[in-house]
Amino acid sequence: MSRLEARELVIDVPGRRDGRSLDLSLEPGQVWGVLGPNGAGKTTLLHTLAGLRAPRRGTLRLDGESLSALSRRRVARALGLVFQERQDGFPATVRETALIGRHPWLSPWQMEGGEDLKLAEAALERLDVAHLAERLVSTLSGGERQRLAIATVLTQAPAIWLADEPTNHLDLHHQTAVMALLAEQARAGSAVMLCLHDLNLAARWCDQVLLLYPDGEACWGPRDAMLVPGALERLYGQRLATAEIDGAPVFVPVR
Amino acid sequence: MHAARHSLAAVGHRGLAFPLGLLALAALAALALSVAVGSVTVTPAELWEVALGGGDALSRTLVLELRVPRALSAFATGGLLALAGALMQVLLRNPLADPYVLGLSGGAAVGALAAMLAGLGGLVISGSAFAGALASTLLVFGLAHGTGSWTPARLLLTGVVVAAGWGAVVTLMLAVSPAERLPGMLYWLMGDLSYARTPGYALALLLGVCLLAFPLGRSLNVLARGALQAAALGVAVRPLEWAIYVAASLLTAMAVTTAGSIGFVGLVVPHMLRLVLGNDQRLILPACALAGGTLLMLADALARTLIAPEQLPVGVITALLGVPTFLYLLYRSR
Repeated sequence: MSRLEARELVIDVPGRRDGRSLDLSLEPGQVWGVLGPNGAGKTTLLHTLAGLRAPRRGTLRLDGESLSALSRRRVARALGLVFQERQDGFPATVRETALIGRHPWLSPWQMEGGEDLKLAEAALERLDVAHLAERLVSTLSGGERQRLAIATVLTQAPAIWLADEPTNHLDLHHQTAVMALLAEQARAGSAVMLCLHDLNLAARWCDQVLLLYPDGEACWGPRDAMLVPGALERLYGQRLATAEIDGAPVFVPVR
Repeated sequence: MHAARHSLAAVGHRGLAFPLGLLALAALAALALSVAVGSVTVTPAELWEVALGGGDALSRTLVLELRVPRALSAFATGGLLALAGALMQVLLRNPLADPYVLGLSGGAAVGALAAMLAGLGGLVISGSAFAGALASTLLVFGLAHGTGSWTPARLLLTGVVVAAGWGAVVTLMLAVSPAERLPGMLYWLMGDLSYARTPGYALALLLGVCLLAFPLGRSLNVLARGALQAAALGVAVRPLEWAIYVAASLLTAMAVTTAGSIGFVGLVVPHMLRLVLGNDQRLILPACALAGGTLLMLADALARTLIAPEQLPVGVITALLGVPTFLYLLYRSR
């Protein structure tokens, strides 16, 4: 179990004023949803929390230690990131790609062994891409690649999950399956933070919500306090109709 | 094609032994062939006697003082170039990168030709070529670094433009040099092993980098998937990238110093091996060293025999073999 703490954090979005600094911590068991319009800084926030970008101001602590002072390897053992964009370098198979999730756990002289392979296979199975194990990644569909990216982080087995639009490209069934997987990780003691565009997934699966406004303003708190039509309409500049289905609010844009 | 690719991870260290053993055997066979053929043929029986410490004086001189050092120089040069190419390709996440494309050998050529133009010889030419390669490295990296962003595409583009600039300087130098110096300069530009007699340092460097490739291999595999992804998986990206660039420059400078300008080995060898062996750097890097060395030994044997007793510059052979092979592979691959 790990916790990630942000104190007076201002992310560095070029050309934007500081806005409101963030004071929040990702605790074991929590599922955070980050909502905001395009360009509000959701991806920048996740990359900053993962230590891949320097913040403009403020501090980040992973289990009480300053994030920037820790080695990348130590960070990667605690914290996994599902990227929104992926680049294809050289051809690689699906199995090889899932296996790189074991990288932070192996010493330089160690080859990946049977145990590592088992973990990768189990992750591929869990994400419903095990039948593609021998395929080259470049031949997969968008949704299959998305599931592979999540399987790679599952192989990495971090205590803190940061996922940038993990339901991108996924069909309805796999959207639900992925959200259920992340919720299960949280129940098992992980801390999870997701950037989402789908309000209804946030309403159903997240317990904490962070709203990021394009001007740098932000507010956060328990889901029910955050997901109110007025705040969301202001967030997206879009009128919404609200209903309740299956015990959760449903938001639909109206003209 | 990828049915033949085997995942190293599944087979562990044993997965390294078979392909590398096969390539080492091929290298030994090429060495034997390369020592046997030339303007005077040495029979296998004579070769065996010399290897055991016997044989007549002429064969001994021919084999031990001329052909073996030259063949080992060819091996080292080919291995260094292929290894440098493979490292650059990981660094830039681009299979088109190689020391020639990135302008390293252009800088070396300008350094060497300047020394020749000044009428200097031997060691000064080597030192000047080395300085030229390192200067080119710093120039390309410094300029591509710019105000902070250091994207592979920008680095590749900077290298290509710098290489074109060196090309123009080379042409200028050839245009103003006196006629009697031209043949030597041209031979050097095309790559020439005639004067390569001391393969020791090159072989030591080759071995050293191959040994480092194993502990760094998995980090390189992760880096090949992108800098951000690598950082997220625990790789200290910036130090690793600098290490690769410095290593690749050193390898190139050493190769160019040994044998002049030889193209296509750094591009073709890693590409061919990746098609067959996959892209695990722990396998690909030593395999590149062996296969690149073997290729250049064979090319040099051809260069010495095709129009014997005249010799062709070995760079011509590698280009004539390399261009069609590369185009064919590119055409076949998905």
